[in-house]
Amino acid sequence: MISLTNEPLEIQRVIASVDAPGAGGIDVFIGTTRDVSRARSVLWLEYEAYEPMASTMMERLAQVAHERWAVLNISIAHRLGRVNVGEASVVIAVSSAHREEAFAACRFLIDELKKVVPIWKREFFADGTVEWSRQVHEQQGITTEGV
Amino acid sequence: MKVTLRLFSIAKEMAGFEEREVEVASGAQAGAVLDILTGLNPRFTDWRGSLRLAVNQEYVPEGHLLRPGDEVAIIPPVSGG
Repeated sequence: MISLTNEPLEIQRVIASVDAPGAGGIDVFIGTTRDVSRARSVLWLEYEAYEPMASTMMERLAQVAHERWAVLNISIAHRLGRVNVGEASVVIAVSSAHREEAFAACRFLIDELKKVVPIWKREFFADGTVEWSRQVHEQQGITTEGV
Repeated sequence: MKVTLRLFSIAKEMAGFEEREVEVASGAQAGAVLDILTGLNPRFTDWRGSLRLAVNQEYVPEGHLLRPGDEVAIIPPVSGG
């Protein structure tokens, strides 16, 4: 299940969506919004996406993970719009027969999502300023490996 | 020929619009839209090395050949997750 939503993420539902009789475990990554960015206090965030491409890229990352690791089911849910500090912005759940595969695939999915999926975060600071998240330096030299 | 330009995040802010049909030369490369944007706002020059391009929702290099009706998106550094 791949989803982009303006509603609060239903973490239990995302986890339940990867349940499988053959699963020996489910690995879950929950990304939450931090109250500090570059040493400044953050009030809330807003996410925007190039929605059709973001969905396609997330589907493709899930496919790549399926090809690389023996995992059973993968779900990725990303929130859009305003997200308050402490709320979940992304939930990734991976089920597999054995835990190593689920851990590896989940790690791959969040790492790649942050590099290639066209979603942007805007930070609303306590001092009244608003900025698009700057991750330019981290982005340099990255490849769209596997997608 | 006409292509549809789509802008997001900081690129949208710098250009002052989100979506627009633009005219490019027949046989133009995807990078041509960056020249158009730089003409609108010189700040695009500073960003040129950080902006990626997507044509019809697929990442492409600047040299990718455009076709009439293509949707060309400017993808600033992503920050999801």
